[in-house]
Amino acid sequence: MSDLQLTELIERYLAGDLSNEEKERFEALRKENAAVDSRITEHAHFTGLIKQYGERVELEKRLNAIHQEIDVDTLVQELTVHPTLIVRLWRNHHSKISVAASIAVFAILSTLYFTGRFNKTTASNYTALSRKIESVRRTAENAQRTNQALLNSLKPGHRVTNPGTTGGSGFALTQSGYIVTAFHVVNNADSLYVQNALGESYHAKLIYTEPTRDIAIIKIDDKEFTGLDKLPYNFKRTKLDVGEEVITLGFPRDDPYYAKGYISSATGLEGDTAAYQVSLPVYAGISGGPLLDTKGNVIGIISGKQTRTESAAFAVKSSYIFKAAQNVSTDSTQNVIALKPNKAAKSALAGLSRTQQIKKLESYVFMVKVYN
Amino acid sequence: MSKALNSSAPTDSEVVFGILNNSENILKRVYVAYFPMVLQLIINNNGTADDAKDVYQEAIIVLYNKVKSGNFELSSKLKTFLYSVCRKLWLKRLSQMSRYGGDVKDFQDHLPVEDEADLHSERDIQFTKMEGALKQLGEPCKTIIEDFYIHDLSMQEICERFGYTNADNAKTQKYKCLQRLKKLFFQQEQRDQ
Repeated sequence: MSDLQLTELIERYLAGDLSNEEKERFEALRKENAAVDSRITEHAHFTGLIKQYGERVELEKRLNAIHQEIDVDTLVQELTVHPTLIVRLWRNHHSKISVAASIAVFAILSTLYFTGRFNKTTASNYTALSRKIESVRRTAENAQRTNQALLNSLKPGHRVTNPGTTGGSGFALTQSGYIVTAFHVVNNADSLYVQNALGESYHAKLIYTEPTRDIAIIKIDDKEFTGLDKLPYNFKRTKLDVGEEVITLGFPRDDPYYAKGYISSATGLEGDTAAYQVSLPVYAGISGGPLLDTKGNVIGIISGKQTRTESAAFAVKSSYIFKAAQNVSTDSTQNVIALKPNKAAKSALAGLSRTQQIKKLESYVFMVKVYN
Repeated sequence: MSKALNSSAPTDSEVVFGILNNSENILKRVYVAYFPMVLQLIINNNGTADDAKDVYQEAIIVLYNKVKSGNFELSSKLKTFLYSVCRKLWLKRLSQMSRYGGDVKDFQDHLPVEDEADLHSERDIQFTKMEGALKQLGEPCKTIIEDFYIHDLSMQEICERFGYTNADNAKTQKYKCLQRLKKLFFQQEQRDQ
């Protein structure tokens, strides 16, 4: 039997076209010959595949025909999820946006860096209250003062007419002419003069500095200086409570300036325990001035103010004056500052009216004039 | 949107009976009813409307064959079934095109339909081979094979169409054509492996 005949037989067998007799013979052949059997299976499978393929093609045609009738474009319009404008912008331009953002960040950081924002100093927040004397004003005053100098040269305690490059305030520690002021006032000074409320100027020299506490001690060494009367105020070692009333006297200009306020915090800028925060209207030039309580006890030295806040000043606590005085005494044999807290004795200022207090204080508070 | 779709959609059992009875109307209605759902899935997941058409038609074919083979059970909604098959097929295509971003944005519930999708793609490969083999076969063999094995024409009819003088010649010709088709088909299989 040829392969052609066998194939025909198989096809007829599968289609059920064989007569009973033929079918029996064929099934017998299939049983005894495994090759024939596998041929049948294979043929059935392959022709089945052709048939299925045909059906698939047919079905696809039908589906395509149906698909033709659908308005796909309109559906696409309807069904596209439109992301919000921002999301679309981001998708289309994210690389550009990223570049721009990094440039912006870089620019901000470098600006901050070059403007010194990253220097951790509090300088931007803190203004030392030493006085810069403007050259314009100086020349104007010079003219005026030359005349005065002639007149005043006759008086004892000669007046020095040059107001100095910078200035501040200071106050007497002892009768012998030791004066305490703020370190930043006398920093870099070539020569120092102090001037009292009467306008009398004396030459002074720097004795001691303590930059970390912003304290300096100077001494009047002038032949004209004959010493002071007994100090009207005491030095108080203990701390004052928040809310206590305080006064100050200083020289932001040529005449003494008085201000009243209160302790607003027991610590200074950024929690500095060496200082008080004081609510006082202050001006440049008042640095180094005394801070007193109402009973006439010195409780601190005015040192600076907060830049961005009105009337928030800082004062170094008086306990550091004691320490400085002690350091001066131990450092040298020449300079002895005996500063004792005089708890028992009332200060001479206690009980006086404010105007009287100020009148008395005036003689012991000095304008510190710095030449450099 | 879904409300409008559902109103025109045939019920699930209608669809099953419609496919079994070769109802053109039901096929059309089910096709039109669920196409927007699949279109929405595809175009919002990096696909085009044409991709949606391909994927959806494949899913309809899967459904069709499943119903025809008699093992379609309405264990889930027909809609969910179609969506799941499309989703699976689309994921597969995305990964083939390496456009797959990790996840698809879903719009419907879906089921795991691994078997259906795998079975379908396996059969698809066979059909692609058959298509290629038939193309290479050339005329008149291609038409003879198609007429006899697909369109179920008798040898007598084929004889007449092709003008063979006797049925034996036609049979011989058909036999030779089938042998060549098998050869081409399995050659392709080997080539693919």
